Amino acid sequence: MSLLEIENLQLSIGGTPILKDIDLTLETGEVMGLVGESGSGKSMTALTVMQLLPHAAKASGRVTFDGIDILAAPEDAMNSLRGDDIGMVFQEPMTALNPVKTIGEQVAEGIRWHTGANRADAEARARAILDRVGLPEKQFPLTRYPHELSGGQRQRVVIAIACALKPKLLIADEPTTALDVVLQAQILELLRDLVQEDRMGLLLISHDLAVVTDMADRVTIMRHGEVMETGETARTLSQQKHPYTRQLAEASVHIPERRTKAGADDDALLKVEGVVKDYPIRRASLFGPPRHFRAVDGVSFSLAKGQSKALVGRSGCGKSTLARMILALDRPTEGSILFDGTELTGKTEAELKASRRNMQVVFQDPYGSFNPRHKVERLVAEPLHLVEPQPPPAERRERVAQALVDVGMSPSDMDKYPHEFSGGQRQRLSIARSVITRPRLIVADEPVSALDVSIRAQILDLFADLNQRLGVAYLFITHDLTVARAITDQVLVMHEGRIVEEGETDRVFDHPRSDAARALVDAAPDLERAISRKLAAAQ
Amino acid sequence: MTAFILKRLGIGLATLVLASIVVFAVMEILPGDPAQLMLGLNATDDALQALRNQMGLNDPVLWRYFSWAGGMLVGDFGNSYTYSSPVIELIGERAIVSLPLAVISLLLSTLIAIPVGMFAAARRGRMADTSVMGVTQLGVAIPNFWFALLLIYVFAVWLRLVPAGGFPGWSGGIWPGVRSLLLPAVALALPQAAILARVTRSAMLEVLGEDYIRTARAKGMPRRVVLWRHALRNALIPVLTIMGLQFAFLLAGTIIIENVFYLPGLGRLVFQAITQRDLIVVEGVVMLLVASVVIVNLAVDLTYALVDPRLRARA
Repeated sequence: MSLLEIENLQLSIGGTPILKDIDLTLETGEVMGLVGESGSGKSMTALTVMQLLPHAAKASGRVTFDGIDILAAPEDAMNSLRGDDIGMVFQEPMTALNPVKTIGEQVAEGIRWHTGANRADAEARARAILDRVGLPEKQFPLTRYPHELSGGQRQRVVIAIACALKPKLLIADEPTTALDVVLQAQILELLRDLVQEDRMGLLLISHDLAVVTDMADRVTIMRHGEVMETGETARTLSQQKHPYTRQLAEASVHIPERRTKAGADDDALLKVEGVVKDYPIRRASLFGPPRHFRAVDGVSFSLAKGQSKALVGRSGCGKSTLARMILALDRPTEGSILFDGTELTGKTEAELKASRRNMQVVFQDPYGSFNPRHKVERLVAEPLHLVEPQPPPAERRERVAQALVDVGMSPSDMDKYPHEFSGGQRQRLSIARSVITRPRLIVADEPVSALDVSIRAQILDLFADLNQRLGVAYLFITHDLTVARAITDQVLVMHEGRIVEEGETDRVFDHPRSDAARALVDAAPDLERAISRKLAAAQ
Repeated sequence: MTAFILKRLGIGLATLVLASIVVFAVMEILPGDPAQLMLGLNATDDALQALRNQMGLNDPVLWRYFSWAGGMLVGDFGNSYTYSSPVIELIGERAIVSLPLAVISLLLSTLIAIPVGMFAAARRGRMADTSVMGVTQLGVAIPNFWFALLLIYVFAVWLRLVPAGGFPGWSGGIWPGVRSLLLPAVALALPQAAILARVTRSAMLEVLGEDYIRTARAKGMPRRVVLWRHALRNALIPVLTIMGLQFAFLLAGTIIIENVFYLPGLGRLVFQAITQRDLIVVEGVVMLLVASVVIVNLAVDLTYALVDPRLRARA
């Protein structure tokens, strides 16, 4: 008998079918990767096992955990399974912990609930598991609150909660998606070790094929609520028999076709010199001297016309702060930023208007960056207020139509509302908004990291195409090296506020010289390398 | 934390000073001469002048402001024009009715509202939720004096459990006093509880959608336990804000209820003082209310910091 057996699982929420005929088995000590794009039903499958589905959900079929019929189990029985025999780790570490309780309380709580241990014993066990997940007592006493911890540290606390009672089954739903690559590698290693130590079964849910390939013994690939393919990881991904598996694998290593035409450096469009940004932080005492945190520390670089440059680094390294200063949304403490020969620092909004017209931005979240009550025409036309003289209404519509065509959408889309579009289409709309003024530079902050791999491939193609056709230069801010490799000629590696390495993207990533760059490259998931490692291990 | 408290205290003091200036200025602008009011229409000009001089009404404006404000600092709120006794005594006599009334009402309203709001939130969209919310809607809409009349009819006239009105004072022990405050407190508390229950419900609903609630459920704790241990404290901030506002209202805005129950409270004092142009009493009561609002807000701010460690860190 397997640890977890799912047979013919059907799930509907409020009458809408979500899962169809799901079959899945997981043995004790085995790692099963559950892969699929958003909306494929992977999280719902996990929540069915936990019986933490939304109210209107109706499941049928059979789910057996350790001989217990989960779908028929009463709530009391589920309560004694959850947190004891089945642990779960969630995607978003920043919000997964209760902000008003200490980490000690939160870890000890489950231990006390299930074992009836007294406070002191439960706290001793909580201490031990927190030590085990890499949060030693000296820096992370039980009395710490979640807001005093970084994202990676919080995820370790969540893992400690899930593994405190050595569950038989651990479900990890996109446990590293919100973390940078170096943290991702550390957290995955921790999960792998914990699972091996206690012979847990691990159901690892991810959209990232490379992550799953490295971790899982077997994979199940889902799409639109159905299982497409299931099998041993190395074989499934090396043979790619199922067309959808092949499609996913190809999309995740997709590199758009691009003729490299890096301009000469004296042809600089953007010149950043000695830029420093200090943020004030809380004083040590009431009358202590004011203190500063140096987010950006003496950064200089230049970007040529039509060039595509990546700015990579771990979260918190200062890359977004640097981008805000380049976009003149924030003033540098020191240094100068020249855009197309014009100094940006210390200018008024009126003086910046011309520069803003030539410099646009694309953000990560295609959902959050549009006002849902406005039509596409108005949303895409927003940057036109920077154009002087103001174009008449007929010309505005024409320019919106042109921008929509530029990004592969139809002019008739301009009378729709943002909610009528998918995530990928919305990201096209935000790109349309950024190209409508025909800018010479687009700063893109993680523009594809919220997108599924197949959509990501299309958006990368679009960026490559616009670079060729309109000659627009890019500054691509990302922590994803695959994306940087796919779309940029040059790369800047940022670490603790400084640029520690720069050069041609391929060369830097193939032969990193700085420690920071090497750490990024080593930690970055790479599907091809992962498959060959798996195959070698299998032989 | 000390810096936080000092800063809040500073803001509170500034509020008091500003309020005293506004109150004084408004009273200056209002028509009506206290001396004339005290002596009646037939008073001679000489008598009026003499009284004005005696009351200091002929002194320069600034001088009068500072002597009034300075007096308040040492507890001297001046003398009432109509009662001819110190304002501080008048306020004291009334506050021993109004303050307990406000505290009892707030306690009642909190004890009713928080469990009701949590109950409704836990059963969102179901019959129980809909009916409870319907009742609170009624509670918000129905004025408190109507409740008061209903309560008098049921508990005083029909069941004869409590007196229908009046206040025996505290000299006869605590119970007779509390007993006569019970009905007015309930009448005041019900509409407040209805509002507070709705606030609690919506705050709880927001919190119940948070990721950490799912984390807590994944630990194996039943929904009910998660509600009390994890959701309530996170939902308290908006609830505390509304409670602070309600307390200030209960202290001063109870004039109708005081009239219905013949209670000698602050609301009636200020009403009588206004109709009799006894401006010095009005000024005194208004300043006292401003001070109590400032104190309540300070207490609410401190409670925020107790509830949420993130605010403690920022403080």
